[in-house]
Amino acid sequence: MTGPSHLSRRRLLGAAGAGALAAGTGAAGYAWGHGQPVEPAAATHHPFEGEHQAGIVTPAQDRLHFASFDVTTDSRDALVTLLRAWSAAAREMVRGEAVGGGAATSYDAPPRDTGEALGLPASRLTLTFGLGPSLFDDRFGLAARRPASLQRLPHFPADRLDPARSDGDLCVQACADDPQVAVHAIRNLARIGFGTVAMRWAQLGFGRTSSTTQAQATPRNLFGFKDGTANLKAEETRALRDFSWVAPDDDGGDWLAGGSYLVARRISMAIEPWDRTSLREQEALVGRDRVEGAPLSGGAEHTEPDFEIQGRDGPLIPMGSHVRLAHPDFNDGVRLLRRGYNFADGTDRLGRLDAGLFFIAFVRDPLRHYVPMQTTLSRDDGLMEYLEHTGSGLWAVPPGVTSPTGWVGETLFT
Amino acid sequence: MSRLPLAVTAAAALLTLGACSGLTESNTPTAQDGDGTIAVESTADGCELTTTEAPSGNVVFEVTNAGDEVTEFYLYGDDGLRIVGEVENVGPGLTRDLVVRAEPGSYVTACKPGMKGEGIRADFTVTDSGEDAGIEGVDQETIDAATDAYAAYVRDQARTLVGETEAFLAAYRAGDDDRARALYPQARGYWERIETVAESFGDLDPKMDLREADLEPGQEWTGWHRIEKDLWPPASGYAALTPEKRTTYAEDLLANTRTLDERVQDLEVTVDQISNGSKGLLDEVATGKITGEEDIWSHTDLYDFQANVDGARVAYEGLKPLLEVKDAGLSQQISSAFEALQAELDEHRQGDGFVSYDTVTEPERKRLSDAVNTLAEPLSQMTAAITL
Repeated sequence: MTGPSHLSRRRLLGAAGAGALAAGTGAAGYAWGHGQPVEPAAATHHPFEGEHQAGIVTPAQDRLHFASFDVTTDSRDALVTLLRAWSAAAREMVRGEAVGGGAATSYDAPPRDTGEALGLPASRLTLTFGLGPSLFDDRFGLAARRPASLQRLPHFPADRLDPARSDGDLCVQACADDPQVAVHAIRNLARIGFGTVAMRWAQLGFGRTSSTTQAQATPRNLFGFKDGTANLKAEETRALRDFSWVAPDDDGGDWLAGGSYLVARRISMAIEPWDRTSLREQEALVGRDRVEGAPLSGGAEHTEPDFEIQGRDGPLIPMGSHVRLAHPDFNDGVRLLRRGYNFADGTDRLGRLDAGLFFIAFVRDPLRHYVPMQTTLSRDDGLMEYLEHTGSGLWAVPPGVTSPTGWVGETLFT
Repeated sequence: MSRLPLAVTAAAALLTLGACSGLTESNTPTAQDGDGTIAVESTADGCELTTTEAPSGNVVFEVTNAGDEVTEFYLYGDDGLRIVGEVENVGPGLTRDLVVRAEPGSYVTACKPGMKGEGIRADFTVTDSGEDAGIEGVDQETIDAATDAYAAYVRDQARTLVGETEAFLAAYRAGDDDRARALYPQARGYWERIETVAESFGDLDPKMDLREADLEPGQEWTGWHRIEKDLWPPASGYAALTPEKRTTYAEDLLANTRTLDERVQDLEVTVDQISNGSKGLLDEVATGKITGEEDIWSHTDLYDFQANVDGARVAYEGLKPLLEVKDAGLSQQISSAFEALQAELDEHRQGDGFVSYDTVTEPERKRLSDAVNTLAEPLSQMTAAITL
């Protein structure tokens, strides 16, 4: 999969290139003896170029390393130089190549690439870059280009945000099937950025909680329930246009069309109290059955919930259940493209698991497609009893790069 | 503070308790894995069981709704009236387990598609497995005594809360802040002991016990914590409330407290509500008090902590006659854990009350947290143990 003029990380170690192409045998199927759908044969790498940035409708990879950066210079030129350098390095890394093309460096110089991904395949790495509201202040002459919707998310009821886990001038979402590859990418981008940016905070995610294509099985969150069953999928072109991609006529569309907004929320879960909750209450709070993920109104996982159907004491799907409050029927028809990850960052000082869901969503307009829903959920969702939002951020995600020499952010800075 | 909606609380309260045996529902068969589980298929006009006979002990029915309407499954005694176990609200296509502990004898099964009528009935036999099913009856009088006593406790706490709140607010309105600060944690205790009941009134709780960080944009902050901040104001950047404002917030809190008191006067509780409430009070401790988030201005969290534990303990003690019969080992475990937690709390006593929570160190807080976990885990088993 690597271009002939590029030195792949595997070839660098003498590994056979063909051996690196994992599981390349076509369409989705069913494994022998199991009823479980098999994930479709994954592409071994996702190209950097495209109409949209990769890492949005790309089939969700298993691991995440998300990083937020602040710009430490007032120089617009330095910022542009960085975005060019990041784009160049991203091109190499998503192909599974070493940063700097593996070119020889002096024995007395530190290697260009930090090395921990040598010998590893591309692992479907995607790097998705975002620009935060704070970038549009007076430092870089961008104030007039800020779309109205690119503003710090409001305080939602019960927010407990840690400033050290929130916001940032820039963000990079690195997703890969191998955590070492994702971490390698963020580490090398941070290194390239020294002098122009400094890392503000970062988050590792160890397991995806969303499916972004119809072929992917729905994974589970740390509450033990399937998450993102009703997620917006890559195949739903029209809905993506309505709810995920910024249109040319939208505010900021002159540079952001084909892009999106990335909403990130670090949602801590009260794991121990949850685990002491009866299955009856767990299912009532979620509104789905735990094993299959079917709505409590009946059917199978992908059956549309019936919010009217009555049980002994009211609707089978309780009024305060998550599935009801988050459903498009109660949110002006809005659907959400989520791409979240489970996290576990050790324990807190009370010995409790510091774990939860790092929520990521890509929306066309956060003020219309995220803020109203989150306000409702934060106020009324029964699950909030077990949730605490501890980090938050919003970034505009520029459109994809279409030329081989293009760079992310080009439409804004030129 | 919590915002568990009433709807969910109500849904959790559906368990009925048979006088001589009961039930629990679970999606995880606990006793009869594999071929021991009896599959039940409920359709519009059928109720098919894979077998109509089972050995005594734990019997697991895996009830699948293969019809188009919401269904229910019942296991009745041989009179066809006494409910031994039931699953309700099974949506079309869904499967839910019913676990019952059954003695040898004759029973009647019934599916009720559409949740109406006598249901589609058939005879069912439990043979003698030679294994003691371990079913000890708890008579209805014992159950009634437990539920009546707990309802009386809630009424008593609410009534006293009104009086204590009046005294607290009188001092506050009179500008006697020292006295108000002394009365604040005392009065709140009556709220915290019945917090899970108070919270079930979803309209009152946000008005009375909302913390500042829980507000949504544009929402007016009222209640206990609004006044708390005024009595323990931050060092800078805070504008004290005027006497007029004090009166407004005081009258509002008192009116809501009186409403709460009125509403609990005709409160009826079930055994599982008491049991779940007890565990819920420990969750309140685990998620709010232990972190110092509840009384962020006054640091009187340990008073609330103690009151939550008191309330949980009263609930447990009330159910103890039932639990001792059903699962004496579990009861002993809970009892010991209450003792251990109380011993940890007593470490922080000062005078009639407790030290300020901001003086409690991280290692001390962790010890409290560990003691809460030690208690809450067995406490969370109590509902199923009592109702099985």
